[in-house]
Amino acid sequence: MLTAVSVRSYGAAEYNKKEICRYAGAALGNEDLELLIDECIGEINENTLGRVCCREFDVAKKDGILDLGFVKTSSSDLAKNLDGCESIILFGATVGFDIDRLISKYSRVSPLKALVFEAIGAERVELLCDTFAREIAKEKHAIGKACRARFSPGYGDLPLEIQREIVSVLDCQRKIGLTLNSSLLMSPSKSVTAIIGVYPEKAR
Amino acid sequence: MNVREFLKNNIVYLDGAMGTILQERGLGVGELPERWNVSHPDVIREIHKAYFDAGSNIVCTNTFGANVLKYSPDELESVVKAALENAFAAREESTSPQEKFVALDIGPLGRMLAPYGDLDFEEAIAVFSETVKLGARYGADLIFIETFSDSYETKAAVLAAKENSDLPVFVSNAYGEDSKLMTGASPAAMVALLEGLGADAIGANCSRGPKALEGVVCEYLKYSSLPVIFKPNAGLPRVENLKTVYDLSAEDFSLEVEELVKKGVRVVGGCCGTSPEYIAKTVKACTDIKVQTVEKKNITAVSSYTHAVVFGEKPILIGERINPTGKKRFKEALKSNDVNYILKEGLDQQSAGAEILDVNVGLPEIDERKMLTSVMSELQAVSDLPLQIDTSNGDAMEKALRRYNGKAMINSVNGTKESMDRVFPLAKKYGGLIVALTLDEKGIPALAEERLEIAKKILSEAESYGIDKKDIIFDPLALTISADQNAAKETLRAVKMIKEELGCHTSLGVSNVSFGLPNRDFINSTFFALAMQNGLSAAIMNPYSLEMMKAYRSYLALSGMDENCGDYITFAQSVSVETPTLTTVSSQTKDASSENTLRAAIIKGLRDSAASISRELLREKDGLDIVNGEIIPALDTVGEQYEKKTLYLPQLLMSAEAAKAAFEQIKAAMPSGKAATKCPFVIATVKGDIHDIGKNIVRLILENYAFDVCDLGRDVPPCEIVNKVLELNAPLVGLSALMTTTVPAMEETIKLLREKAPFCKILVGGAVLNEEYAKLVGADKYARDAMEALRYADEVFESVKK
Repeated sequence: MLTAVSVRSYGAAEYNKKEICRYAGAALGNEDLELLIDECIGEINENTLGRVCCREFDVAKKDGILDLGFVKTSSSDLAKNLDGCESIILFGATVGFDIDRLISKYSRVSPLKALVFEAIGAERVELLCDTFAREIAKEKHAIGKACRARFSPGYGDLPLEIQREIVSVLDCQRKIGLTLNSSLLMSPSKSVTAIIGVYPEKAR
Repeated sequence: MNVREFLKNNIVYLDGAMGTILQERGLGVGELPERWNVSHPDVIREIHKAYFDAGSNIVCTNTFGANVLKYSPDELESVVKAALENAFAAREESTSPQEKFVALDIGPLGRMLAPYGDLDFEEAIAVFSETVKLGARYGADLIFIETFSDSYETKAAVLAAKENSDLPVFVSNAYGEDSKLMTGASPAAMVALLEGLGADAIGANCSRGPKALEGVVCEYLKYSSLPVIFKPNAGLPRVENLKTVYDLSAEDFSLEVEELVKKGVRVVGGCCGTSPEYIAKTVKACTDIKVQTVEKKNITAVSSYTHAVVFGEKPILIGERINPTGKKRFKEALKSNDVNYILKEGLDQQSAGAEILDVNVGLPEIDERKMLTSVMSELQAVSDLPLQIDTSNGDAMEKALRRYNGKAMINSVNGTKESMDRVFPLAKKYGGLIVALTLDEKGIPALAEERLEIAKKILSEAESYGIDKKDIIFDPLALTISADQNAAKETLRAVKMIKEELGCHTSLGVSNVSFGLPNRDFINSTFFALAMQNGLSAAIMNPYSLEMMKAYRSYLALSGMDENCGDYITFAQSVSVETPTLTTVSSQTKDASSENTLRAAIIKGLRDSAASISRELLREKDGLDIVNGEIIPALDTVGEQYEKKTLYLPQLLMSAEAAKAAFEQIKAAMPSGKAATKCPFVIATVKGDIHDIGKNIVRLILENYAFDVCDLGRDVPPCEIVNKVLELNAPLVGLSALMTTTVPAMEETIKLLREKAPFCKILVGGAVLNEEYAKLVGADKYARDAMEALRYADEVFESVKK
């Protein structure tokens, strides 16, 4: 199966302050920190959660090499994750540049606020990926299939270098504005690329 | 007929999609489409010919991604050459009768420019230049820069086009659902930028369907004095039977496009999902529309990378505080390269209400060329206000204007030949709104009429460079009334005459008027109100001055420019009558009456109380005593709690920032402006890595403990780090890397440091590192967190002292 790239946009979503505190390295319950988180959230212009581009590929394994339809890899951790899968959903997700702008602004004048914006960004992009993955799981469930947990380049022995192929085959730059720099970092920084394995649900 | 002539009196039809058609014709996944120019010339020619047959005046070559980041120089040449030959062949073969041109198509590079990515602005220009040169050499009729979603990269591409060819340049940007570019620019900001750079036609493409892009295009039509381009997708895409399909038929597309051509769009075509049929239908739908001439809008504006500031609607406040003149602390910050202090000055002025920031960093003992550009770029990373580049050094001005992301304000030119010869060519090339002082070789004339004459001379000289009068704003010069009691009166008359007789905008450095008088703000604010009443468009002023802000807010309310007096009420309620100074107060301030010791304020992380208590303490105590008796013990307490994990990172940072606020007060009060420091400490995130949160925390903590921290920022090349270590003779350097892919850069930096600066200890940190890994790359020490870094730094300092 080789589908075209499709793009999905996600509207405003509530902030999970507990998660933000966790990403910032603190427990919830610190009143000053919570006030500060509210203040930071108030500075964010972006009122949508973000955008995802995705594409489905058949997956096959031959002689220990995994053929993902757009690239071949010998990653055994990914192979384990995709064991029994017939296809994968490859996706790139980004919350955009607004939070990067704020991180960049405050990293010079308030490392504290920069830390909070880092944490908010982490919460945003995780929520975006979770929302997308849930949606995919639901769609697949409707046709008798189920999904594995998402797997990103850099997990286990799946090399980061595969980012290049992913960003190119998903046309990430045009579709959602996601690009790579020379050391494979993503811009906007609050972005994720990942693979979701799809397998047939067993008869109940 | 060439493109520019054709554009004058015709609606120009572009082609439609190339990429989506190539995919239908079998372009493989991950295959570079430009290679098909060489491998499948027949297919490419057929597509171009179909567009010419459908009525396109301009066909874009299949070179969207043709650049040296993706191709070797040799292959790039063969690809671009073949691409143009294919388009020329199609033009020959098509018998359709319209005028036909071939555009060299240039798309974005696929890498983000700094500060969001790692591509340097000049490097981007160099990459685009290679493609432009080839396009010009092999005969393109024009250059079509399209689908750019970043204003800075757009500027790089246009500069490359202008510097390497004389061809007409069309520029089309891709807007998001919020009607902004991905990196934040509004259509009005792009119009200001691109008009300034001398584009021939500008507009929007891709992104969405015609209806959804209508808002963006109407903004272009409102602001642009150039022909507007409109090249939307065939509606919204959806995936159907494994294929992408778009929801607008050719017929519906053409009808929606027709509506915008009727509103004044002059260059139309299609983007993703369109085909020759869409173009044919569009040509047919628009044939009978009367061609509208493109109106000169006479809008005076500057822009940042997000928005435009338009003059004439209400007076604009230009913050004057980024300027060393008469400011001890600021001079010290410049000399010690303390850019953070300068940035904070920018952000504080923004909070106080400034809409543009003047940037002047001229000091005899610093290299203004370097400093101006560096401060300007850093300011653009933290503030979205447009900037006014303020220098009399032509080189410094050129460097800054080139790098500026947007259309800057240029401060200044005057009526002397020398000044006009220096400034006008730069303004012509890079764009900008020029502040013109009404003085010349003979000095400042006394009478308003004479200043008007100089203004006329400046306008006519500007015109000879092709600089429109909308891009000149006059400063008729406020002179002190303590020397001449009629000085203010003449200046006010000049403001009025320039506005009424020349139709030009004016700006004043207001505070000069009171030079030599006591309580200058009283005079300044009244003069400011009078000047506004006489039609002043902008003022360079101190936005922290309560008197000035009173005059400004009151004037707007009184002259009907403040709806429901909303801004006035907000302002007036924020001013407390007991303390008649204007300070910017962040909302995280909490009532600190119970936190009356500095120590407690720092431990609690209360920044504003820490500052105010320090100010109080300084009346009776020596700065150094406060540091040793209050600040350091407080920091120690917090540090201990953090290490015991009874307190977390955000709280540690809150305390550190509170301590920093206290230090600022103490520094400002020190007679020499110089605090005792331990030793230099150079810190940087290594080349290729842009993560800097951990590095910033270490910087903050070490600064608080009196290390002389030199922060080189992120993505720093090894040689730059080594040079700084050598320059400062720093006994310690801290390197940070977060990615496995950037650890090699760390290793390389360490190698070079060992070779050139063997005396320097190397401390490393970052998410991918641990003790073992640190040894492997050759560091002296791995620090898990900022407190551990501090302990090691103290060790190094102690051993150096011995």
